[in-house]
Amino acid sequence: MARALITMPATAKRGEIVEIRTLIAHPMETGYRAGDDGQLLPRNILRRFSCRYDGEQVFSAELFPAVAANPYLTFCTIATVSGTLEFTWEGDRGFAQTERVALTVAA
Amino acid sequence: MKRPLALLAAAALCAAGLAAAAAEPPKRDDGRRSGFDFMTREVQAIQRDDAQNPAMLWVQEGAAVWDRADGNANRSCASCHGAASEASSRMKGVATRYPAFDAAVQRPITLAQRINACRVDHQQATALAPESQELLALESFVAMQSRGMAIAPPRDPRLVPFRERGEKLYRQRIGQLDLSCAQCHDERAGARLAGATIPQAHPTGYPLYRLEWQGLGSLQRRLRGCIAGVRAEPFPYGTVELTELELYLMQRAAGMPIEAPAVRP
Repeated sequence: MARALITMPATAKRGEIVEIRTLIAHPMETGYRAGDDGQLLPRNILRRFSCRYDGEQVFSAELFPAVAANPYLTFCTIATVSGTLEFTWEGDRGFAQTERVALTVAA
Repeated sequence: MKRPLALLAAAALCAAGLAAAAAEPPKRDDGRRSGFDFMTREVQAIQRDDAQNPAMLWVQEGAAVWDRADGNANRSCASCHGAASEASSRMKGVATRYPAFDAAVQRPITLAQRINACRVDHQQATALAPESQELLALESFVAMQSRGMAIAPPRDPRLVPFRERGEKLYRQRIGQLDLSCAQCHDERAGARLAGATIPQAHPTGYPLYRLEWQGLGSLQRRLRGCIAGVRAEPFPYGTVELTELELYLMQRAAGMPIEAPAVRP
């Protein structure tokens, strides 16, 4: 049940700074906690997030065990051309999720 | 003296903001405070902004589950109640009325139990486990539709004995620590329990996202946590005792606006 919420404007003027806010459901299990049976729970975290705008990477982040569950990441980019923003989260256990949001840029 | 004044002004601003969101006339201050008012500004900011509030992930999932057919009847919530996109009007105010009396089982049931009863009776599906992600998703989706509305416990005479038992339980000293709910949440609200401020225990935002849980949880989970905290044996999920306590707490918070899905530290 991987869910993601992306909040950003659908349209922007060319050259305008666009704020993008992302939230994804993920347990971010650190690998340092013990479960009910006293055994360490295996690590299960997101390792990397990236955002490509019209094919070009505009933002990326590395995530570590200290990041809380359901990571919230926010960043800005400059609107240049109408296109698709592609958000990718990758993590342990082969976790990979991609979301796409269109941005229309008016001259 | 400057800082406390500034904090007070900030608290007043928050209260004004909430009242505006609820679109209700300002009421006379009766001293009741939502847990929201006891939080730091940083945590308040997470609740105020749906783009940051992680509970919205469950609400989004709830909308998807709402429209998904399930069970032997192959029906979805939407088959009876309308699509998730229309639910904002159809389900508006529902969460303000629960727990409510259910004639079929002759006892009050919570919103989660109502959802499960619907699943079993109308969808002919298996009941969802308490605190399961799917149940919390549906519950938060329904509760969200009542956001900003005043808590309105039903004036059903059949609920009265249950609510009275709930109040009795609220005032009953329990556990190895020999503490009642009232001793902390009535007599010592606003004081501190270790690093945490003791709130007044008004269940205005359930199901809510608790930073400590790193996830969404129901009021029953919160109650069980408190009961275990005073070193008593918690009532199992879905027992009538927890529902009675919930009934009393909702009556105690009557008229306060629903904040669901809230965020708490």
